[in-house]
Amino acid sequence: MSDNTGTSSIIEKPKRKRGEQISDQLLRRMLIWPALIYMIVVTQVPLLYTLNFSFQRWNMNRPDRRGYTGIDNYIDVITDNDFWTILLNTTVLTGAVVIVTFILGLTFALLLNREFVGRGIVRTMLITPFLIMPTVSAVLWKNVLLDPSFGFISGIVEMMGFPTPDFLGQSPMGSVITIVAWQWTPFMMLILLAGLQSLSHEQVEAAQIDGAGPPNILRHIVLPHLQRYIEIAVLMEILFILSVFGVIFITTSGGPGIQTTNLSYAIYDEAFSNRDIGDASTMGIYAIIVANIVVAFFVQVLRRGSEDVGVSS
Amino acid sequence: MRLTKWQGMFLTAITWLIALIMFFPIFWMLVTSLKTEREAFNFPPAFIPVPSFQSADADLADEAVATDDEAEEDESYSIFFEATLDNYRRAIFDADFATPLINTLWITVLSTFAALLMGIPAAYALAYKPDKQSNFTLLWLISTRMLPPAGVIVPLFLLARDLSLLDTRLGIIIIYTGMNVPLVIWMMRSFLLDVPYEILEAGRMDGVNLLQEFRYLVLPLVAPGLFATALLCMIFSWNEFFFAFNIAKSNAEPLTVYISSFKTGRGQFIAMMSAASTLSVLPVVIAGWFAQKQLVQGLTMGAVK
Repeated sequence: MSDNTGTSSIIEKPKRKRGEQISDQLLRRMLIWPALIYMIVVTQVPLLYTLNFSFQRWNMNRPDRRGYTGIDNYIDVITDNDFWTILLNTTVLTGAVVIVTFILGLTFALLLNREFVGRGIVRTMLITPFLIMPTVSAVLWKNVLLDPSFGFISGIVEMMGFPTPDFLGQSPMGSVITIVAWQWTPFMMLILLAGLQSLSHEQVEAAQIDGAGPPNILRHIVLPHLQRYIEIAVLMEILFILSVFGVIFITTSGGPGIQTTNLSYAIYDEAFSNRDIGDASTMGIYAIIVANIVVAFFVQVLRRGSEDVGVSS
Repeated sequence: MRLTKWQGMFLTAITWLIALIMFFPIFWMLVTSLKTEREAFNFPPAFIPVPSFQSADADLADEAVATDDEAEEDESYSIFFEATLDNYRRAIFDADFATPLINTLWITVLSTFAALLMGIPAAYALAYKPDKQSNFTLLWLISTRMLPPAGVIVPLFLLARDLSLLDTRLGIIIIYTGMNVPLVIWMMRSFLLDVPYEILEAGRMDGVNLLQEFRYLVLPLVAPGLFATALLCMIFSWNEFFFAFNIAKSNAEPLTVYISSFKTGRGQFIAMMSAASTLSVLPVVIAGWFAQKQLVQGLTMGAVK
């Protein structure tokens, strides 16, 4: 802010009246520049570097062999079977979490969308998993809940007469999905609840008078009304879940083998374990392409609801 | 929908049950943090902490006796256990919790402040002086917020290394500020659009300069929104792990990275780990509880009000 007032004295002084008005306008427009320049520097510069590295053969263990190799990395990565496994893992993790959180989130939102005793407390309890830092959730689930010898949930299963389960060992992907879904259900719930609360009671009551039962009301009134909220929640969640890292790092380290390695973890592994900057950057570009496809859909949704957001004003 | 009394009560019971199940892991973390390490391993576990009135010495003596006839004690299962704050003492004083906590505080506060400092004027420009590019700028800002961190981690790491920002708070603050600026702009813009521009124009007629306009008109008018925005920035900075883990691994490590070191602590220090975890999440959980309404708006960049 301070550097802008500096500019203001330079621009404002020379002319009065009309001149002052124009420069005043200009000054206010220029208020966007510090933020814009900052964002260009911290996001686009690294992006260009990633792009640049992605065309190079560059392993930090063999810096002497560094050099441009065109699109070799892109071909190497995409013809590697592991990469397709990783893409599949990423899809399975993201897809499963989105489906589970959508079903649970919608159910919880519908349950919360009525008056009952302790509603505030229930709502508070339900959103808390989202506020917990991901590393804490991961450590908590791994060591305190799912651990075969000491975990609470393992203990319960054992007490019911089943063999001691080793959740993370036997179904690592299922465990990761459970933990991530537990964290993200509140996100879905909050947005859908906001949608439900903007639904007019009259509309629902009118349908009831016309003899529509709950399933029909849900299908023909509630869900269509929620469409925009669902789109926003699902697309944003996809973007966040694509980048899940902490939970995987802590619970499974991407294993066993690469069974729970998603794109984020693979890039980390390639860059910091294999020290292959070239391939890691190429995978980074692929990740950015995938994310941008989702962002494009998201922008569409924002545009369509532009009267709410004011994007087109 | 009209429900009978019994249907209503049934739904309420179900809702409560679901909430208790979802909240259970957090409740369990809290309960475990109040147990001794030995109690934390007992199964079936005790569920309900009761305050301990014994002195620390008596506690120790008790412990010694208990170890002698462990078998006997195990049989007499009780749902209650005596709460101890010893894990918190150990977590804070023995485990060097203070360094990551201070790092997190610095990083959170400064990255939020810097993001507000740049983001609010930008939001002002976009709200009141939109031009042809404003639309594009806003959408581009969203795309930077949605950029997968893994896509830029390699150059960020190398740049941080070359600029001697590796393992410094400043390095992380610069990245988190970049994470928060789009959020601030989107949220503050939507709050500013609710403020009638005429008020600001009237102020200008009275000879208020730009700095005064911000200080005495804009900021007070959007204070609640500003508060919510700041809170959300803090939550995101406080909980971020990926960048921190790759850029600030030791000296500047924040709490998220510190907690991740419990990754391999299998079976050891469960109680202390729970205490450290509880302390780490407490500020954000409380902040989030108070800002539930704004949470939705912030999470969706203001796309949902």
